[in-house]
Amino acid sequence: MTAASLDDVAEIAIARPVSLREIVRRHPMVVAGSLLLLAMVAMAVFAPYLGTVDPQALSPVRRLRPPGAQYWFGTDMLGRDVYSRVVYGARISLTVGLSVAVLSTAMGLAIGLVAGFSRPVDAIVMRVMDGLMAIPAVLLAIALMALTKASIENVIVAVTIAEVPRVSRLVRGVVLSLREQPFVEAARATGTRVWKILVRHILPNTLAPLIVQGTYICASAIITEAILSFLGAGTPPNIPSWGNIMAEGRSLFQVAAYIILFPGMFLSITVLAVNLVGDGLRDMLDPRLARRM
Amino acid sequence: MAAAPSLAIDAPASALAEPILEIDQLQTHFFTRDGVVRAVDGVSYSLRKGETLGVVGESGCGKSITALSVLRLVPSPPGRIVGGAIRFEGQDLLARTEADMRALRGNDISMIFQEPMTSLNPVLTIGRQIAETLMLHQGLSRRAALARAVEMLTLVRIPEGERRIKQYPHQLSGGMRQRVMIAMALSCNPKVLIADEPTTALDVTIQAQILNLMQELKDKLGTAVILITHDLGVVAETAQRVVVMYAGRKVEEATVEDLFAAPLHPYTRGLMASVPRLGAALDERRHRLAEIPGMVPSLRGMPRGCSFAPRCRFASERCRTDRPELEAARPGHAVACWNWQAVLADRAPA
Amino acid sequence: MFAFLIRRILATIPVMGVVALFVFSLLYLSPGDPAVVIGGDTATPADIAHIREKLGLDRPFLVQFGTWLWNVVRGDLGISIFTNLPVSRLILQRVEPTIALTVCTLIVTIAVAIPMGVIAAWKVGTWIDRLVMAFAVLGFSFPVFVTGYLLIFGLSIWADLLPVQGYVSIANGLRAFLPNMVLPSLALGMVYTALIARITRASMLEVLSQDYIRTAHSKGLGTSQVLLGHALKNASVPIVTTIGIGLALLISGVVVTESVFAIPGLGRLTVDAILRRDYPIIQGVILVFSAAYVLVNLLIDVCYTFLDPRIRY
Repeated sequence: MTAASLDDVAEIAIARPVSLREIVRRHPMVVAGSLLLLAMVAMAVFAPYLGTVDPQALSPVRRLRPPGAQYWFGTDMLGRDVYSRVVYGARISLTVGLSVAVLSTAMGLAIGLVAGFSRPVDAIVMRVMDGLMAIPAVLLAIALMALTKASIENVIVAVTIAEVPRVSRLVRGVVLSLREQPFVEAARATGTRVWKILVRHILPNTLAPLIVQGTYICASAIITEAILSFLGAGTPPNIPSWGNIMAEGRSLFQVAAYIILFPGMFLSITVLAVNLVGDGLRDMLDPRLARRM
Repeated sequence: MAAAPSLAIDAPASALAEPILEIDQLQTHFFTRDGVVRAVDGVSYSLRKGETLGVVGESGCGKSITALSVLRLVPSPPGRIVGGAIRFEGQDLLARTEADMRALRGNDISMIFQEPMTSLNPVLTIGRQIAETLMLHQGLSRRAALARAVEMLTLVRIPEGERRIKQYPHQLSGGMRQRVMIAMALSCNPKVLIADEPTTALDVTIQAQILNLMQELKDKLGTAVILITHDLGVVAETAQRVVVMYAGRKVEEATVEDLFAAPLHPYTRGLMASVPRLGAALDERRHRLAEIPGMVPSLRGMPRGCSFAPRCRFASERCRTDRPELEAARPGHAVACWNWQAVLADRAPA
Repeated sequence: MFAFLIRRILATIPVMGVVALFVFSLLYLSPGDPAVVIGGDTATPADIAHIREKLGLDRPFLVQFGTWLWNVVRGDLGISIFTNLPVSRLILQRVEPTIALTVCTLIVTIAVAIPMGVIAAWKVGTWIDRLVMAFAVLGFSFPVFVTGYLLIFGLSIWADLLPVQGYVSIANGLRAFLPNMVLPSLALGMVYTALIARITRASMLEVLSQDYIRTAHSKGLGTSQVLLGHALKNASVPIVTTIGIGLALLISGVVVTESVFAIPGLGRLTVDAILRRDYPIIQGVILVFSAAYVLVNLLIDVCYTFLDPRIRY
């Protein structure tokens, strides 16, 4: 495209201050995603008030009732109300997702910053990160979980360890590219301490990609926790996480498919919501990428 | 306003006076979220067989978009040709189908672009890129097309053609890449070549070489050339007639000699005056580089009246309210200005 | 070129080294006595001592690591705790279904995702593009096992078109082999396809805005010539890179897919091993999968030179 007479057009296409209404108009999907996510969070927080009963309450006499007026999502093989279990399950998934996202971005940030600035640290640490990345995430998490007993905390730690390498690589990349910039050289030349350079100059530039990456990690962590629970290597079976509920319903799939399908739908919708928010954040924070995607 | 006045001139020699390409009141607009950009707003000019027409103007004046419109290569959202006609050999190109246009591009009408660095496909060999057009438009076999490609390379003075056709663009220098572009464009012997700032991105010495080459080939093959540039020096060297554009419209048209001898539009005057001249520093009267004050208006919200008025020192009341039409000020010299007589009378350096 | 190859291969050694170290250290990373962890809650001190001796846990770390590594290089991945069979044999027995599933999925994915991405880029902004992008987001959000069950529910149980679970080796002919592969490949491939379609579209969009595409159009080339002959090759490097990196997603998904569709492959082996804390098997499987992943990415790096002549090592 000839630069010449399209200057005007280009000028308009670059990000300008936007109003809320314009955000809704331009990115309907992102708004939908955010609303969905809020709905899920609300569901998790207000679980006791949403017409639920104790998710662990057994009632063998009422086992395997199909979805109906009394039990909206039916009951499982132990007579537990599937609806309540699914609603409370949101707590697990969102807790894990959020915790992993926060922890892994924090750790990845720290590691990446140091690695980007110190060559010896970079050489060692990045090799380790590459090695960890060579192991597919689910397998890594499974292996770590196999070492300890099942609990939510351990799941969070395991999944975090699996996600940190990617974040640290991202941050390191930003640091490396910024390090060569004239303004960093200038700062060093005037005697600014390294840590100050890191905090004042480099850190702000890592925030945008970090936030975007953080949302994707949240989605990925929710899925990984579900997979781990589904395979029996995640949260303990009595706690109703969506993966657990589906794992329990496996053998009965042909007669009581609802036990698997309902948590599955909620899981997918939540992940979808997080992904949409992530896409939207990326569009807003980095218009250069947005034009392409 | 018809382009007629400018055409009845003393054409260079021969009876080849009919236009081969006629752009008639072309309007190409860009429809963006924040308004309509009138990139080309009623432009008319013609190109005659065998001549070189210079189109001058600064960035943003619409000269490139006019050229892209001829081949209908304007990026289609957001751009669209909304009015006018483009007649090639008598037929309106805007009415042809896309398939017809494809048969025309690279074949009857070719175009070369400003950036030789990025205008060639980096992952395909030179030979393939030249041969492609030949295979497409002239139905040559691959081998024949590659042989012809080597001939074209020789024509544009690139030695060792056999070796070069297997190379990739990144292995050539900027000047050589532009020669390859020329070879590609002329391979099917088009009747019209549109050259959009072909030398702007090149070193000065290479510029001269490329311009000479183009001149030579033009004479040899009889191609008519539209040379788009912002550099008056280039125009003076190579063109026979010149069109000056400003803010999406044509403001002046004349032969090269007439234009340089007596520019009639204040903008043209300004352009010529702002060319730095060697030795000017030594001249008492003009040790400061003359500039045209102000800025090109945004093509979205054009002022009423003449679009140049806000920056024009000859501007009168009428200029601010009525848009000037093109008139034949002198034989073969058209201008769109109410006060061209004042400009002509004003012989003082700007 | 060869110097590059050698260098690149050598570069994988530290990576695999870290993997090996990690895999071996699995036991040592856990708090508490590894032997106790393996033994479980009901183990007696005699059991624990027995386990410790069996796994050679009383020797120094580096010695154990060295021995283990040496064994691995010779093909000996240890003995399964619970079946007493060599891990390498167990892996070889189960590898065929996994490879079959992975290959089928790769074929389906690439055949669908790349054209999708190309068309979406070509028709950017239209409903076709929006549809592809919607699919990309949805496909990426539905975990493998959810898609799997949805497919089973829809196509097997309700429509009765395909078998619910199971695996038949290709040795028995394509007709018997393929129906069992359809649903698992679709489920497994969904996420991967979404990812690749998206990157293809993004990469093509980037390429299509380049000057040389305008030149191609100005020569009178038709749409397919421009898209496929000129654009796609330029877009291919990021696409191929993503195919390589995304393979990790595929491998992660294989474990779950085999579980859902009852395919007796390496994934099932892993799952069973987890439940029983059969460490040698877990270690062996991780090594094999990681090595495969690293190897594929190495091959992809090598193939860059064919895609982009500017990349010369």
